[in-house]
Amino acid sequence: MIRRTGRVLFFAGLFYAPLVAAQWQVNLVEGATEISRSVYNLHMIIFYICVAIAIVVFGVMFWSIIWHRKSRGAKAAHFHESTWVEIIWTIVPVVILVSMAVPASTTLIQMYDKNSADIDIQITGYQWKWRYKYLNQDIDFFSSLATPREQINNEQLKGEHYLLEVDNPLVIPAGKKVRFLLSSNDVIHSWWVPALAVKKDAIPGFVNESWTLVDEPGIYRGQCAELCGRDHGFMPIVVDVKSPEDYQLWVAEQASLKVAAAQSAQREMSQTELMTRGEQVYKATCAACHQQEGQGIPGVFPALAGGQLMQGDPAEHISIVLHGRSGTAMQAFGEQLNAVDLASVITYERNSWGNQGGMVSVQQISELLKE
Amino acid sequence: MGSLEQTVHSTGHHGPASGITRWLYTTNHKDIGTLYLIFSLTMFFIGGCMALTIRAELFQPGLQLVRPEFFNQMTTSHGLIMVFGAVMPAFVGLANWLIPMMIGAPDMALPRMNNWSFWILPFAFFMMLSTLLMEGGGPNFGWTFYAPLSTTYAPPSVTFFIFAVHMMGISSIMGAINVIATILNMRTPGMKLMDMPLFVWTWLITAFLLIAVMPVLAGVVTMMLMDIHFGTSFFDAAGGGDPVLFQHVFWFFGHPEVYIMILPAFGVVSEIIPTFARKRLFGYTSMVYATASIAILSFIVWAHHMFAVGMPLAGELFFMYTTMLIAVPTGVKVFNWVATMFRGSMTFETPMLFALAFVVLFTIGGFSGLMLAIAPADFQYHDTYFVVAHFHYVLVPGSVFAIMAAAYFWLPKWTGHMYNESMGKLHFWLSFIGVNVTFFPMHFLGLAGMPRRIPDYALQFADFNMVATFGAFLFGFSQLLFVYNVISCIRSGKQATDKVWEGSHGLEWTLPSPPPYHSFTEPPVFKHPYKENG
Repeated sequence: MIRRTGRVLFFAGLFYAPLVAAQWQVNLVEGATEISRSVYNLHMIIFYICVAIAIVVFGVMFWSIIWHRKSRGAKAAHFHESTWVEIIWTIVPVVILVSMAVPASTTLIQMYDKNSADIDIQITGYQWKWRYKYLNQDIDFFSSLATPREQINNEQLKGEHYLLEVDNPLVIPAGKKVRFLLSSNDVIHSWWVPALAVKKDAIPGFVNESWTLVDEPGIYRGQCAELCGRDHGFMPIVVDVKSPEDYQLWVAEQASLKVAAAQSAQREMSQTELMTRGEQVYKATCAACHQQEGQGIPGVFPALAGGQLMQGDPAEHISIVLHGRSGTAMQAFGEQLNAVDLASVITYERNSWGNQGGMVSVQQISELLKE
Repeated sequence: MGSLEQTVHSTGHHGPASGITRWLYTTNHKDIGTLYLIFSLTMFFIGGCMALTIRAELFQPGLQLVRPEFFNQMTTSHGLIMVFGAVMPAFVGLANWLIPMMIGAPDMALPRMNNWSFWILPFAFFMMLSTLLMEGGGPNFGWTFYAPLSTTYAPPSVTFFIFAVHMMGISSIMGAINVIATILNMRTPGMKLMDMPLFVWTWLITAFLLIAVMPVLAGVVTMMLMDIHFGTSFFDAAGGGDPVLFQHVFWFFGHPEVYIMILPAFGVVSEIIPTFARKRLFGYTSMVYATASIAILSFIVWAHHMFAVGMPLAGELFFMYTTMLIAVPTGVKVFNWVATMFRGSMTFETPMLFALAFVVLFTIGGFSGLMLAIAPADFQYHDTYFVVAHFHYVLVPGSVFAIMAAAYFWLPKWTGHMYNESMGKLHFWLSFIGVNVTFFPMHFLGLAGMPRRIPDYALQFADFNMVATFGAFLFGFSQLLFVYNVISCIRSGKQATDKVWEGSHGLEWTLPSPPPYHSFTEPPVFKHPYKENG
């Protein structure tokens, strides 16, 4: 049934999708910051200069093609060099280039002024999500794709922000200078939000700097811009710019959420509860590599269905989930998920797809996380 | 090739061996040139099928035909095959066929090495393509194979990929040595360097670029190999290594590499435009100096591919300025071509159509290149479809159109038959429309914010992606016309004259069509086509 609906939606989509999205955007966005506007202006200046040169050069070329053709009886002239003309068409481009280099350098120098930031946020790229850690504040969270797999696989109609929506957006205040410190946990990623004109690589072992100062509150969307493996196309960025007052409210809210999460970790959970929650966590966090049915991808990502690891002593299984496997795409989820989510997902993996590995409790994980 | 053998028999020269050994053991520059060209065309179609797979998946948002891991293997293999398998061997094939005939030599200087440098290639590419069937799949890290995605996180088949790249590098270096040895030693008496046809000049400079940078590529893949198998940490930050080092070394190879793919194209176009404008090439000397300047500048611009890695301000400014500077010699070349056409007496046979399209569309690619050079703006363009549009404009209607133009231009000389002109023109117009419908909308996609190398995209990119896919299929399938035309030209067709084109100039046109198996057994008397007493 799902398959048939999928097919119907696919063919409906053939005609529907372009109408929904009929935007035909052809140019760069002007953006929401002073920097992005000067980049836009720079872009337009260069573009117009190129158009002007093109009109002159192609003009002469098409003039020749139309008028100096043999079928019109054109006789070839004999000139084949002219030192003066050649000197002129070397010098004129140099002058044009210098006139382009001046505003470009000014904007670049402006972009490199990283001093006196109001807020510092450490951005770390993971395969395939972003981690935002607010320095000097107790805020640290992961941000991953919120678009359901069903939409990607054409089993559901695609939403307005298809592939450009996340579970936890980066929240920053308007009118404040925010500095980003970028790094990566695995491969190279690149953090790009067009409206802020910020694109900077997140490189393992490096800390790159960038900054922004957004004038108006709003939601700004972007994507990872450096090929980072299988789900490179599925790690968007959403920046929620709030007014300074709303931002303060948000910061306060984060603290209370943290308390609530700690409390729920105290509560005993049944295997059914763990399984339900585990399925959600699995789909959001693990299914990209290990696949929906735990079958993995041979030679790249190991299968979870069947095998000793999932059904024998849980210690080894828990250790891999918590600490990752170095040199592979398997990350240390101990720092990404809370005890409840970890216990849920491990229990889910140990009791799905025919596995019979028994339950792992929240308390068990909490103990290990404390160590 | 039947008529070629007949000619050989009738003139009683030492001819080719018969059967498969002719091709396996051949040391003849024409046979090896033919092998290179056929190999290149085969790879062009294999790489083209991969491109169509990519475009078919991108026809609509959502995942329809392939999974993301296979999509990444397609983008990677498409790039590697088109660069190393299609464009580079095509130019080596042209060099083999044409350089001895243009400089009045009997063959290439090092014929046995010539055989070897070709026969390495099919094995290298067979090995690289076979990785697609291995467990874990083929290379999936982009043709630029940035570490650590291509080392620590690569599929196990990466070792085969590294070996294949080594073999391609050996082949290219040997080919380049051969070209340099031939040009410097085997010109007919009286032909000075500044008398050489521009195709020979551009290839001489290209060959030096190849010798300079292919070892760098070999070095970088060897460092990868050490990281993967021998416990070093060149590119592994956890072991004290530096992932950005990879990019510096790669692009020190990679930027000259892109000129390796375009300089011989400049040479081809500089031969064709004067022929059909019936007017001497404007500014021969400045063309030679412009080519040399581009080659030298290509060594000091590499980090413009890396504006977003976080270089210091001084580095960004340096690479921005040097990159902008390349526009000057490139501009000189375009102006010279236009000045050659100006007040000429033009006709528009298929090679000329391709050459004219080259001038216009390569220049458009040059303009977007200039925009990309502006570092602050590059932060918005980098790694988006704007870059994809840019390099496809310089590579497809740039290099590939020049190769097509060369094929039509010299086919009558090579085979002794004229190709079908109306089919050639139809092929040109379909290709011209297809190329623009495919790649022009990619500028818009990139500016609107679509990153490159993604298998699925947000809804606002749907329309232009659909247009681009239509264009890609049009372009892809119209290449079958080219194959048909070439095959029928080899088999039959109107007998070509020795001069073939009214405006032909240069030594290759003094030979019969098709030329004898050994071009010039005695050095021809060199008379400069334009100078009175040269």
